[in-house]
Amino acid sequence: MLSRRSLLLAPAAAALAARDAAAAGPLKVAFVYVSPVGDAGWTFQHELGRRALDAAMGNAVKTSFVENVEEGADAERVIRKLATDGNDLIFTTSFGYMNPTLKVAGQFPKLKFEHATGYKRAANLATYSARFYEGRYATGVLAGRMSKSGIAGYVAAFPIPEVLQGINAFTLGMRSVNPKAQVRVVWTSSWFDPGKERAGADTLIAGGADILTHHTDSTAVAQAGEEKGVLTVAYNSDQSKYGPKTCLTAVTHNWNDYYVGRVKAVIAGTWKSGDLWGGVKEGMTKLAPYGAAVPDAVRKEVDAKLAAIGAGTLKPFAGPLSGQDGKPKVAAGHAMTDKEIGEMNWFVDGVQGKI
Amino acid sequence: MAAGEAAVDDGVMLVALLVATLRAAAPLILAATGELVTERAGVLNLGVEGMMLVGAVVGFAATITTGSHWLGLLAAMAAGMAMAGIFAALTLGLRANQVASGLALTIFGVGFSALFGAPFQSHPIPGLATVIFPNLAAASPFMQQLLLLDPLVWLALAAPFAVQRFLARSRAGLVLRAVGESAEVAHSFGYAVIRIRLAATLFGGAMAGLAGVSLSLAYTPMWTENMVAGRGWIALALVVFSTWKPHFVTLGALLFGFVTIAGFQANAWGIPVAPNLLATLPYLATILVLVLISRDRLRLKLNAPASLGKPFHPV
Repeated sequence: MLSRRSLLLAPAAAALAARDAAAAGPLKVAFVYVSPVGDAGWTFQHELGRRALDAAMGNAVKTSFVENVEEGADAERVIRKLATDGNDLIFTTSFGYMNPTLKVAGQFPKLKFEHATGYKRAANLATYSARFYEGRYATGVLAGRMSKSGIAGYVAAFPIPEVLQGINAFTLGMRSVNPKAQVRVVWTSSWFDPGKERAGADTLIAGGADILTHHTDSTAVAQAGEEKGVLTVAYNSDQSKYGPKTCLTAVTHNWNDYYVGRVKAVIAGTWKSGDLWGGVKEGMTKLAPYGAAVPDAVRKEVDAKLAAIGAGTLKPFAGPLSGQDGKPKVAAGHAMTDKEIGEMNWFVDGVQGKI
Repeated sequence: MAAGEAAVDDGVMLVALLVATLRAAAPLILAATGELVTERAGVLNLGVEGMMLVGAVVGFAATITTGSHWLGLLAAMAAGMAMAGIFAALTLGLRANQVASGLALTIFGVGFSALFGAPFQSHPIPGLATVIFPNLAAASPFMQQLLLLDPLVWLALAAPFAVQRFLARSRAGLVLRAVGESAEVAHSFGYAVIRIRLAATLFGGAMAGLAGVSLSLAYTPMWTENMVAGRGWIALALVVFSTWKPHFVTLGALLFGFVTIAGFQANAWGIPVAPNLLATLPYLATILVLVLISRDRLRLKLNAPASLGKPFHPV
């Protein structure tokens, strides 16, 4: 009896709830950021998404953010505070917020949570991330065309799968147009330390690298390139103003459409937990506008590769791939699965560095 | 290796290693030399990180506003001194606890620099080396390396010599040390203990400000929140590491810088060392040296200023 009644009532209740939310005023959406917003970098891209949300939804949403929240115990306090403050949807935008978000989501089953780059989900906790490596592959092609020495330098933070995917994809892209190309990696062991990133870039330049890229959060690498006249491919955000002559483009994250889509789903009552790993196709990974130094032919080639990746005809991690030691890792005819990519812990042939 | 061999000149690589080490060490030497003088006068100021941040942001802001890097350097020194002035007012004037006040100064500096620096985040500026040598990007790799040694690096190398000479050979230096050893005795000889400690603290602040601005104007020409990234604490450790001797400050900073940079070089040369091990090397080296130093307890006791951190009550 009870079950039948609840079955009958369920759709009506959902519709009612959706109307209630609309009637109760704007949907309150909060964001938790790991670093200061600044004007470039990981957090800045999420902030752009929040601003896009404001622009697209107008009075239907009320957004807010808390910046510079350390991963760990403090994060849980901040997320819980946002939950008790009456927010309907909370985005936590750094990997280290995974467990705190899961915990708070369990305590507030009626609220909705979204966690970037994590893998723990619940009925009211969805996860989302972007295939940064797709953009990396395209910029690898760009690097292969632009480099004279055939040596690229890569300033990287930590040897975790997300970073290794980028390094491998970049190397494969570069080797697709210059089979002898080499990518040299230095580790800063920090997501954000401009001094160390700068020192790493200087070292790579001295070692003969004539194009640099990075998987760290500051603008130090683009600036080092500009000062020394060495080409760079930036990460996270467009950094052309830090390297007007030398910065060729940047692999950027774009969360705007995702955030707008998810908020619309909440308002319509169709929001469901799940996991989205979007890439070029979903518009989550994009390249910043090219610098003047990139010739037209190269722009066309890189754009074509990016389009092929978006269409699914070019898979960056399709075999045959060999590891750093030259031994086969992925057989011809097999493209690595998402699970295999997500657990990547090795370098492809052509990378010089150690994990 | 084959692709790289032609492009890499081992000589340039070696010079690059030296230059990178010097550039990484310069901010540490500047800050630690200043703190050393402060501590030799018996004042323990744990606010170095905060003073560096405020120096970095104020110097950067002044450079953007006035268009002159040199005015930026002066502004950073003034800002560092102002921060040290707050500390002095609390600890020398009101006789507050030095450790607590120093920690508070760092926390204040982190927050203040973030607030004050917010409008200056998105301003790329040319680095000090480029201002002095506008054609840096066009120079040969070898010359480029040498030109990267900006005046602040040279100042950092010279400062410990000047301070050593001051402390060991000048009358004022001897008085300063006397104040640090025994404020009561110095007082009974008629020296103005508070005023001397104030001067030493302000000097430490000016040097910390200069160290901070060397990061935001020369090393990585930009302002971002918390860009000092713990170097103030390393400078404090260097003072202990040096057993309060200026030349050992240089040595320690160079060692720390070298181990950091050598890690990158090993990466780039393809020497297979795990990145996690490389990241710990500078700290392992620091611990090792500290252990070696503290084995010789007499030496530590002889060199540490006897009234370090103790407030002075004139009777």
